[in-house]
Amino acid sequence: MKRAFDAWWVQRLSAMVLTLCVAIHLATMVWVVHGGLRAVDVIARLHGNLAWAMFYAIFVIAAALHVPVGLRRIADEWLNWRGAWAARASVLVGVGLVLAGLRAVYALIAGVPA
Amino acid sequence: MNSTTSSSHPRAATPGRKLDLRARNHPAWWAFLVHRLSGLALAFFLPAHFWALGTALNGAERFESFLAVTRSPGFVFAEWGLVTLLAAHLIGGVRLLLIEFRPWSGLRKDLIALTAGGAFVIGMAFALSLTL
Repeated sequence: MKRAFDAWWVQRLSAMVLTLCVAIHLATMVWVVHGGLRAVDVIARLHGNLAWAMFYAIFVIAAALHVPVGLRRIADEWLNWRGAWAARASVLVGVGLVLAGLRAVYALIAGVPA
Repeated sequence: MNSTTSSSHPRAATPGRKLDLRARNHPAWWAFLVHRLSGLALAFFLPAHFWALGTALNGAERFESFLAVTRSPGFVFAEWGLVTLLAAHLIGGVRLLLIEFRPWSGLRKDLIALTAGGAFVIGMAFALSLTL
């Protein structure tokens, strides 16, 4: 009960953060695809930019919290998969997402300059 | 809230419980389905997205060679679909937060309409902005 309640709050609080992040992300996408998306442009925009680094790090962490809770609910309701292993799998998904996401942020912010 | 039933799961043991499709032919059920399927699609897309961006670790050329692949019509169509789904998940999610945290009751069907319209508009804005 307690843990399910916690997951409910994790889902809602991360959703509140993601609302802002996704709105910015959608606007950015519409903006940057205009004129064609080029790797050098993306890296030039992001490389060494701490503001974007903070934004994307927060975005990744919020998404990595949000996704496993949603997947776990779907596994529960549609696949009848629940219990300790479902919980462990969802934690693994979250950890995997945060590592892969922060690696991507690092690659664009602190990787090879354009 | 589903969270209250997750420990005992009485629904799995209800005898004679049948699927009543009438309960599903309703805007709020479609809103639920769109939110769930868009969330699922985005969850599966995220690892690929992070991997693709991670190619920038090896420099702009490596990243560019990946981006070149994504300029094929199939990829562009999938990108547009994902942008539309992301917009639908965003606005549909805001609807859920408003229902849960604001002193409003009901299904907020106006917000369901806004989700469909908003996702369409944002998808179209992306498609129109695309330069191939």
